[in-house]
Amino acid sequence: MPADGGIGASTRRREDVRFLTGKGQYTDDINIRGQAYVHFLRSDIAHGKINNIDTSDAENMPGVIRIFTSKDFEGVGGVPCGWQVTDRFGQPMQEPKHPVLAEGKVRHVGEPIAAVVAETREQARDAAEAIIVDIEELPAVIDMKAALQDGATKVHDDLTGNLCFDWGFVEENREAVDEAIRNAAHVTTLELTNNRLVANPMEPRVAIGDYDAARDEHTLYTTSQNPHVIRLLMGAFVLGIPENKLRVIAPDVGGGFGTKIFHYQEEAFCTFAAKAVNRPVKWTSSRSEAFMSDAHGRDHVTKIELALDENGKFLAVRTDTYANMGAYLSTFAPSVPTWLHGTLMAGNYTTPLVYVNVKAVFTNTVPVDAYRGAGRPEATFQLERVIDKAARELGIDPIELRRRNFIQPDQYPYATPVALEYDTGNYPATMDKLVEIADIKGFAARKAESESRGKKRGLGIAHYIEACGIAPSNLVGQLGARAGLYESATVRVNPTGGLVVMTGSHSHGQGHETTFPQVVAEMIGIDAGMVEIVHGDTANTPMGMGTYGSRSIAVGGSAIVRATEKIIAKARKIAAHLLEASDEDIELKDGQFTVKGTDKSVAWGDVCLAAYVPHNYPLEDLEPGLEETAFYDPANFVYPAGAYACEVEVDPETGKVEIMSFCAADDFGNIINPMIVEGQVHGGLAQGIGQALLEHCVYDENGQLVSGSYMDYAMPRADDLPSFVTDTSCQTPCTHNPLGVKGCGEAGAIGAPPAVVNAVVDALADMGVTHIDMPLTPARVWSAIQAAK
Amino acid sequence: MILSGSKVIQADRNTVWTALNDAEILKRCIPGCQEMTGNADDGFEAVVTQKIGPVKATFRGTVAISDVIPAQSYRITGEGKGGAAGFAKGGAAVTLEDTDEGTLLTYDVEARVGGKLASLGGRIITGVARKLADRFFENFQQALAPEEESEEERAQG
Repeated sequence: MPADGGIGASTRRREDVRFLTGKGQYTDDINIRGQAYVHFLRSDIAHGKINNIDTSDAENMPGVIRIFTSKDFEGVGGVPCGWQVTDRFGQPMQEPKHPVLAEGKVRHVGEPIAAVVAETREQARDAAEAIIVDIEELPAVIDMKAALQDGATKVHDDLTGNLCFDWGFVEENREAVDEAIRNAAHVTTLELTNNRLVANPMEPRVAIGDYDAARDEHTLYTTSQNPHVIRLLMGAFVLGIPENKLRVIAPDVGGGFGTKIFHYQEEAFCTFAAKAVNRPVKWTSSRSEAFMSDAHGRDHVTKIELALDENGKFLAVRTDTYANMGAYLSTFAPSVPTWLHGTLMAGNYTTPLVYVNVKAVFTNTVPVDAYRGAGRPEATFQLERVIDKAARELGIDPIELRRRNFIQPDQYPYATPVALEYDTGNYPATMDKLVEIADIKGFAARKAESESRGKKRGLGIAHYIEACGIAPSNLVGQLGARAGLYESATVRVNPTGGLVVMTGSHSHGQGHETTFPQVVAEMIGIDAGMVEIVHGDTANTPMGMGTYGSRSIAVGGSAIVRATEKIIAKARKIAAHLLEASDEDIELKDGQFTVKGTDKSVAWGDVCLAAYVPHNYPLEDLEPGLEETAFYDPANFVYPAGAYACEVEVDPETGKVEIMSFCAADDFGNIINPMIVEGQVHGGLAQGIGQALLEHCVYDENGQLVSGSYMDYAMPRADDLPSFVTDTSCQTPCTHNPLGVKGCGEAGAIGAPPAVVNAVVDALADMGVTHIDMPLTPARVWSAIQAAK
Repeated sequence: MILSGSKVIQADRNTVWTALNDAEILKRCIPGCQEMTGNADDGFEAVVTQKIGPVKATFRGTVAISDVIPAQSYRITGEGKGGAAGFAKGGAAVTLEDTDEGTLLTYDVEARVGGKLASLGGRIITGVARKLADRFFENFQQALAPEEESEEERAQG
């Protein structure tokens, strides 16, 4: 292993030096000479017809450079959707135009109507107040089921209704599933809501457009998880700028959680306006704007039925889900409730028959798209909740019921009835590990102790699987993705042996600058400190697809491995020349190239120097230089899995839930940096617990966002969380990527919500409570106790 | 938001009715009212500064009066725009009845807010509205019974 940490070392995060000392360079830290500021006038009603926008007073306000409305965007494309879902009947989804600035109608609170570009932020804001917008208010469509009723107001007049698509999966299994459920010895049914969330990254979104008229070149600085994707979507579909004239830079980014994947109107606006006013144009979102303009997450309403035989074996699962799309289709919105959700409905179990129906619905709310886990938390939550309910109904221990239905270690590769093929896993092992670390045997004593203090104690179990490391391009192409999902890397070796790795993955908190060098250093046998990571700039990195879906190490890391393998292969040839040996006889170990079975060797640094100072070099056979690029397209998803246990105490008088312990036994395959993995699990658990206990994005019946600040939207804080017990010792390495790794970024957010809710329901089961919808606030828990009395 | 209530005003019904249609008296009684012009037939225009939760804004709006049964009942509807703070709109049915103590004024208000007012103050709006209604009636009572008014109370109003 490299002296400063290779694969398996808990190397401290090198990026934290700048993050923790205030030296990070975030988009809002960038100020370009001569920049102007934009303020967006946003709709304060949910649905209305725009009769007139009068900007005449505002145009004469101090500092105003120009005011834009949709009229200025005639001939400019809408913000595109990157995934087309085909419905049960073979028809494509309904896909409305998503204009940069509202055209004719406003469709959600927060939709930008006009944009003021001014000398200062304050002048832009003041002028926006002087714009007179004449809007005729229309009834708002908020409730999904009401939106689908005959005669409901249409969010988009040019569509046939508010149904985006009616998706069935696997459609051919529909009747067989119905029949299995009709004939089953036992059927457990559960209706539940997966609460709507706001991602709330610490850094709100920012965009700066810059235009160099002399070169006719555009640059966009933006808070994005995938700058190349933004360049493609904005360049090709919105503004018509060829990629050679458009550079997108996403520098340090302070958290994404999915909501910074998508291409937003503000990015297109700033890029467009910078040319129109010939000034750099900067927008910095306020937190209030973030609540009403960042894509939201989750928001599913589901009925799930689980059919079991007399021995508790799962026979079939049938689900019926309404998924909120919001007013427009965000970049990956249609994929979340479909291919990222339905395909996970087999879970870790041998259920032979699954049918998932999803009705995606337009409403007068902010667009909904991927949020940490994206579809997989929604699948896992309903499945693990219904299994828990079935266990209680049948009087079977919930751990035992899961064990009876687990896919067994000798069944891999395992083809599920919902299209996926799990390459590897060992769910009995993760469950065994959980039983050990969570001291399940000691629960009864802890429960008795809690009850002696008048508290109800509950134990909740959940086992999740997720498909991540997104994704095999040919597969997702068949499923409607409009992009490939490979990753790229360029490894550039410098003349004295240091390396720069340019990656298409993007780091917004994940620790890539630490983890990726550990991989490269291990492969070559040099210090990790000799490897630098460059990311986030389309001009300096090969075409990349960015970071989401726990894909960085599995896909981006694999591309780095492939490029480094090419480097090593070429370096070996150079070494063979220098050592006057055949390259098959050259071994690389600890940064030394050695002729097998001899003491003849040459150091890594000398080989690198020879590549750039080719005085003694096989120029007739080999180009000088040492720089290689690789693109890696995964053969399959990766399938991390894990067993989670949550213990809660509930105060039956007040309904307050306290998490007493939370244990996680995860299988992430091989692990590069255990400390970073543990941090990812902690973060995911915190967000999952936040969803389960605290967070809820609420619209009133008129479409007003009533949880638009931290006064009404409760984020988890340190004192809401226990000290987590995590374990990653169960490792079944991925069989198809070179590192044997699986993703870990979303796991906690997927597995935690059902564990928490199962625990609270367990605590209150003897009082007759069978389900409570998230978030489990004291008011909801207390009401459930009273209703059950 | 729905808010209903009633209040006995110590004045006779015609006095109360006249005051309810008098821009100058309304201006003095509506908490935070900076300007009030117009009349019952053509509607009123008002500028009101209010603080709702963390949002302080100046609302400019119009109020129309309809369904008038003189000295007995009317309906008011209005909308105020608070710029970046959002908007408030709504209506109220007001009826007057004679009682032994004076005139019983009954109101049924239906109102809603939008924009920042809703996202920051939505959950406290009913409490704020009830407080404003109470203050209006205190002021209104004092406006109609000036002999009982002290300078100190006016300042608080």
